[in-house]
Amino acid sequence: MHRFANPGRFLRLAAAWLPWTSAAAGLLLAVGLVWGFVFAPPDYQQGESVRIIYIHVPAAWMALFVYTVIALASASALIWRHPLGDLIARAASPLGAGFTFIALVSGSLWGKPMWGAWWVWDARLTSMLVLFFLYLGHMALLGAFDDASRGNRAAAILALVGFVNVPIIKFSVDWWNTLHQPESVFRLGGPTIDSSILVPLMITALGFTFFFVSLLLVRVRSEFLAARLRSAAAAAGR
Amino acid sequence: MERIESYLAMGGYAAYVWPALGVALLVMAGQVATSLRSLRRREAALAELETRLGRRATPAAR
Repeated sequence: MHRFANPGRFLRLAAAWLPWTSAAAGLLLAVGLVWGFVFAPPDYQQGESVRIIYIHVPAAWMALFVYTVIALASASALIWRHPLGDLIARAASPLGAGFTFIALVSGSLWGKPMWGAWWVWDARLTSMLVLFFLYLGHMALLGAFDDASRGNRAAAILALVGFVNVPIIKFSVDWWNTLHQPESVFRLGGPTIDSSILVPLMITALGFTFFFVSLLLVRVRSEFLAARLRSAAAAAGR
Repeated sequence: MERIESYLAMGGYAAYVWPALGVALLVMAGQVATSLRSLRRREAALAELETRLGRRATPAAR
């Protein structure tokens, strides 16, 4: 972690990694999505609508993963004053909001034909909606103060306080009655999804992950420059 | 043509499956575009600042 405390070093490494992570993202997304939407089998109950799984599940996983990244970055910024922490939290937040939005919309599109409902106020769906609001609140706080470091701090506190929502989302299908499918991949006893669907699903999920990493590298550099611009403007006495 | 049509019909679920794929591609492509545009804008602003001030304001990264 200390090797990256120097933003210059991190930015050089990020620039070196970016072509590789982008290529991996493009390749994995192309392979995973084509495999899932064209070659993978339909479900014996859900028919072709099961193909929404290749959008909905990776997006939902990313929504939780990105929030966890933001929470860790926020903790490192608040507790250890790690200079990259605030940059990563700022960079990642809109990406996480995007994934949550995709998960909510694709889930709704899946729920209508399968459950007969665009939306139900059960624990899984409601807690995911709360996650979306947490992302929006996080982004709003970042921009709410003239002094960016106050915004960073407020947003970091929100991120940490809101982290309790992540295990709630994860275990909601265990703890409460729900229409939503129970845990089918990350569970004791292993996945319950057949490999003919599970394999393209994991490839697509990996593609989403490399997509996030690539965009994060771009956006962290961008946030670093924005911070430089702000301090230059402040130094110029504007 | 018939096979393509029956594929696109997604067993009757086309109205749900294709918009789901569509929203993902749209949002993700949009994020790529805005991220890159924002980066370019800030790089340009900083470069302009550096030429005006005559010194490097950022560490060399590329």
